[in-house]
Amino acid sequence: MKNLKAIIGLLLLFSAQAYAGGVEDDPILAKVMGEVEIRKVDGSDPRVWNIDAWIGKDLEKLWIKSEGEMVNGKITESELQLLYSKAIEPYWDIQYGIKKDFKPTPSRVWGVVAIKGVAPYLIEVDASAFIGKSGRTALRLDAEYEYMFSQKLVLSPEVEINIFGKDDEATSTGKGLSNIDVGLRLRYELSREFAPYIGINWGKKYGNTATFVGNEGEDIEDAQLVTGVRFWF
Amino acid sequence: MNNKLLSRRQFVTGVTMGAAALAINPSILFAGVSGKNGLNTLTGSVFNLNIGEQAVNFTGTQRKATTVNNSLPAPLLRFKEGDDIVLHVTNHLSEPTSIHWHGLILPSEMDGVPGISNDFYGIKPGETFTYRFKAAQSGTYWYHSHSGFQEQTGLYGPIVIDPIEKDPVAYDKDYVIMLSDWTDENPMDVYAKLKKLSHYYNFNERTHEDLMSDIDKKGLENTWNDRKMWNQMRMSQRDLSDVTGYTYTYLTNGVTPDKGWIGLFAKGEKVRLRFINGSAMTFFDVRIPGLKMTVVSADGQNIDPVSVDEFRLGVAETYDVIVEPKDDRTYTIFAQDISRSGYARGTLTPDISMIGEVPELDVVPNLTHSDMGMDMSNMSGMDHGSMDMSKPMKGMDHSKMNMPGMDHSNKGRDMSTMDSMVMHADTEFGPHVDMRSESPQYRLDDPGVGLRNNGRKVLTYADLYNLNMTHGYPDPDREIELHLTGNMSRYMWSINGVKFADAEPLQFKFGEVVRITFVNDTMMNHPMHLHGMWSDLETGDNMYIPRKHTIIVQPGAKISYRVKVDAKGSWAYHCHLLYHMLSMFRRVDVV
Repeated sequence: MKNLKAIIGLLLLFSAQAYAGGVEDDPILAKVMGEVEIRKVDGSDPRVWNIDAWIGKDLEKLWIKSEGEMVNGKITESELQLLYSKAIEPYWDIQYGIKKDFKPTPSRVWGVVAIKGVAPYLIEVDASAFIGKSGRTALRLDAEYEYMFSQKLVLSPEVEINIFGKDDEATSTGKGLSNIDVGLRLRYELSREFAPYIGINWGKKYGNTATFVGNEGEDIEDAQLVTGVRFWF
Repeated sequence: MNNKLLSRRQFVTGVTMGAAALAINPSILFAGVSGKNGLNTLTGSVFNLNIGEQAVNFTGTQRKATTVNNSLPAPLLRFKEGDDIVLHVTNHLSEPTSIHWHGLILPSEMDGVPGISNDFYGIKPGETFTYRFKAAQSGTYWYHSHSGFQEQTGLYGPIVIDPIEKDPVAYDKDYVIMLSDWTDENPMDVYAKLKKLSHYYNFNERTHEDLMSDIDKKGLENTWNDRKMWNQMRMSQRDLSDVTGYTYTYLTNGVTPDKGWIGLFAKGEKVRLRFINGSAMTFFDVRIPGLKMTVVSADGQNIDPVSVDEFRLGVAETYDVIVEPKDDRTYTIFAQDISRSGYARGTLTPDISMIGEVPELDVVPNLTHSDMGMDMSNMSGMDHGSMDMSKPMKGMDHSKMNMPGMDHSNKGRDMSTMDSMVMHADTEFGPHVDMRSESPQYRLDDPGVGLRNNGRKVLTYADLYNLNMTHGYPDPDREIELHLTGNMSRYMWSINGVKFADAEPLQFKFGEVVRITFVNDTMMNHPMHLHGMWSDLETGDNMYIPRKHTIIVQPGAKISYRVKVDAKGSWAYHCHLLYHMLSMFRRVDVV
């Protein structure tokens, strides 16, 4: 019996403690959650992923955050964060750790401090500060809201803003406001855990980032139709 | 919107309603899940109970349940008051088990809570434990496992103890109605899902349609203001039940709503219905359209009879009611869950070929500011005014209480002073607590969210008067204030902000009278159960204090009861919601 195994497993794990009913109230759990999508642009149609995972207890967790983009089977952007997360307020966690940008090359490594949680009016916020080598610094703000058309049809506006402390021409990032991405996704929850969606994504580069990107002949502003799935388990 | 949702959920849980129910051939009505209509009964003073696994199918999918003598619910045990009861309980599971006799006054050694009851560490696989105690009381009670999540998987059953003396309640027929919630999911998975996404089972959130209708009715500004606090606090006004009909099939004596439990009557008979809530997580709102119910007993203890249309049955509570069907027709016992996501049902009928109509679920209610522990006097648009305990209660028969010189209108404490400001301990501040009541109200006469002003006479705790006088009840020697705390979105629960694993036991002195005051700093109802001793509810009338074993503490509210500390040993004291119990729990040592 699967049921039994799970309970026995937990009992073994925490057998030293005699809790009410014999079940640990704060078991070690893990959750993986993310979105993978195709963005419709002339020709290339990049695949974009944004997948996070945590393992841990109520107030302390290890977090992994991963995002990136693949064009024509080749990864063009990718980053991975490994963070220790501690609850500091009912709705807020502080997270520390490291981030590595694998692509574009040359790769960059950053130290991370982030505040993640839910702001009043139920706005989900992830605000990160990054410190890299050679005095490089960066800030990122991610915010998302969920508007429920029905119990299963959910519209989520989302914004991401990136700011850098100094120019890094090798990775096409410029000092100051670097880029703003705004998304609007409409998902239908086939189950709590699985929801296909459609949406639009608009992005614009600013300042020196726009210059660097422009020099490479890429768009500094683009809007895309997106289709994807949102999932967790 | 709700109708659409319901039809989906009915599909999921295999519930059918109305016309579909009419189509069922009556001959299969008695063929419940285990091939029977309701309960097996064991009567006497010596019992053999075998705990094991049993295949069940409530939803179209076969699952394993934890059962007693292959029965779900476990057999109805019928004792005689005063008898010495012997129960040999054998564990055929591959994990430890236990049975707790809920509401029975007995020695700690026999109370059945592993690791807390004196010298009791659970019943190991293959072992037999013999419980011995005197049936010291009469009335309707129940029993259930106190190990793991076995209560969710079926280990619960009714107890009826017949009185030695003549029963003050007259009746011709006697039925136990045990309500419960069944899920095909592994309870550990349910708990994990709640931790990962606390609103996982809530499919009655406020949505676009509801927002537009509010704006239509009240205008944009008022709508914004009405919802402002909820939005700022990041809380849902529809946070009514953690686990809902999305996964639960609600059972009446182990029978699903589409099959329907049946009780026969002859017209003119007095029928006693003993309602027991044996759920893991579900509060039921119970009514029988077309019949008045006279509540004669609460938690097994006789009360001054009170006639109602409806009552809320918290997890682990029991109420006995008398109904007198006057016509040759069917009556549906309709028990909708507090979040209006499903129902349990039964039918009282003079003829098993007759099928009753099933009412629609009520509209999904919104929690109000009072449910947040806000001071209601400053709020407009509240549906529950400030409470005045000095006014006579409607519908009560006070005639026999009119003794000369007795002022029962405001005896004892002045309840109005109880609605004062409240202090919160340092331990209540931090990431584990998302709310603290600013001004919790003593809301005995509040029927609770979803039942206020619904046009029906709904039982409240203010209607409960002990059938016997409690004259001379000693005043409390001291008061213990306990705050029910939690963080809904992290799905953490605690008392005074401290979870059981980190808490020191509460110390009660043998012989003292303690006043327990609960303050609910959450938006959920918590049914609090003290083992081993009665919870004597402070209603403001000390002459007729009702006794209970489980007391609902309403969201954002405050409630007090007295405990005569007359039982030595160690006892469990906890919220009876199964997934809260792991941490919203205290050990009580009586020394």
